[in-house]
Amino acid sequence: MGHILIQDVCKSYRNRRRSQHGPRDPYQPGEMMRILDHINLEFLEGEMVCLLGPSGCGKSTLLRIIAGFDKPVSGEVTIDGKKVDGPSSNHIFVFQHCGLLPWMTVWQNVELGVRNVKDIRTRQEKIHENIDMVDLTNFEQHYPYQLSGGMQRRAELARALAADPDVLIMDEPFSGLDFLSHMNIREEIVNMHELLRKTTLVVTHDIDDALLMGDRVVVLGGKPTQVKFNRQLDFPHPRDPKKNVVLGDLRDELFLMLGVSYAV
Amino acid sequence: MKWYGGKRRIVLPLISLAVILLLWELTTRYSGWSTQVFPSPSKVMRGMGELIANGTLLRHSIASLFRVTAGFYLAIIFAIPLGILLGRIETFKLMLNPVIQFLRPISPLAWIPLAVLWFGIGDKPAVFLIFLACFFPLVVATAIAAHAINPIFFQVAANFKFNRWEIITKIIIPAIIPNVLTALRLTVGIGWLVVVAAEMLAVRSGLGYLILDSRNALRMDYVMVGMMMIGLIGIALDDLMRRLAYLHPSLRRAY
Repeated sequence: MGHILIQDVCKSYRNRRRSQHGPRDPYQPGEMMRILDHINLEFLEGEMVCLLGPSGCGKSTLLRIIAGFDKPVSGEVTIDGKKVDGPSSNHIFVFQHCGLLPWMTVWQNVELGVRNVKDIRTRQEKIHENIDMVDLTNFEQHYPYQLSGGMQRRAELARALAADPDVLIMDEPFSGLDFLSHMNIREEIVNMHELLRKTTLVVTHDIDDALLMGDRVVVLGGKPTQVKFNRQLDFPHPRDPKKNVVLGDLRDELFLMLGVSYAV
Repeated sequence: MKWYGGKRRIVLPLISLAVILLLWELTTRYSGWSTQVFPSPSKVMRGMGELIANGTLLRHSIASLFRVTAGFYLAIIFAIPLGILLGRIETFKLMLNPVIQFLRPISPLAWIPLAVLWFGIGDKPAVFLIFLACFFPLVVATAIAAHAINPIFFQVAANFKFNRWEIITKIIIPAIIPNVLTALRLTVGIGWLVVVAAEMLAVRSGLGYLILDSRNALRMDYVMVGMMMIGLIGIALDDLMRRLAYLHPSLRRAY
């Protein structure tokens, strides 16, 4: 479960600028600006997909369309052959900044994931299981503000996993974390993925994250945004682009594609 | 000398109180005003003793507190649901916001003639005025709080398939509680401010009535007792409302 097909998806926003932005601005004020231009992608069951691209290229927009929070102008997204037409607990979004409900404890937040489970005993077991999996045992009764940034991300991950979705969607899961928490959560997500094999989409702007985590790396870019690069990475974990020559070359290629050079 | 938190909290306010009492005593002695016009602290204390002893002060305080509480609760009942509607539903905002902003700057005191005509004499017009005074700030604060709820919370709700009722009870209401508590703290102060004016209408009880009646009897010491009682109850109400924000650990969050 969790096969995603993105067919010919286009998305436009209205240009809200009052005047033209210099002679090279291709858009008239008030005109529709095309953000996503005929995106075609296929993600296989259980794949970890990393989406890269410059900021403002529409990565998050594409993610929101897959999650059902946003509608494409044309084209459609199907998950296991079913058209996405709204948010669902089958494809859960993990937010860029904390999406935990601050007035609920960790336990109550994770409980949201198992709302549909009727039996109280099973429900409690599932909550325990997921909280233990992300290493938050003994923090069940804490409120989000009492946790560190990394713990908040883990709690949100537990909530998403408790719902047992076919697809997990993460919008910059490492933003705002310190270096060590970043590495910890990254490892956690990779381990979780190895264990559960859920189709996972991760938007990131960090090329190393994409190379270390992804079974597939997709680069979006251009104006309007198209798919510039789409490749499966068949490397076993743990990976290290500093030691693996093929990964290292790919890394240089991606840096160039995103318009920066790594070597200064 | 070392100053520790607990002691400092009690001693410092007492020092300023002592200074004020001293200045007050000195002014009454050397200003040339008679104690009839400007009673000394000792005279006021004696007056307070008399009013406590014969039960008048308690009776008037309870009457005032009752009116403030009634008007305040009425305001909560109407203002918070309306504020949520205004903050969350664009149509409501466009329709009602001009009306509210039009009525808001009209002082509750301007309503006195109408209040008496509509509700006659007794508690009703006073409660109505306090209601008016509390209603508008509460509506505006609730609407702003409801409007400012982080949109991510609604997306979480959509992800986990909350129904409409759950969105209200599990997202909107808990999300606005901290801001509404602050607004309640300010609002109860406003209500208490208006009660004196409201009680100068056709009522025969309350601290406002006590002040008016004592003025007619030329007992400025009783007037000051009334004023002091208003201040004391004001402190107590504010402290009570402040403590509400510490009732539950989930309220001590920042987002």
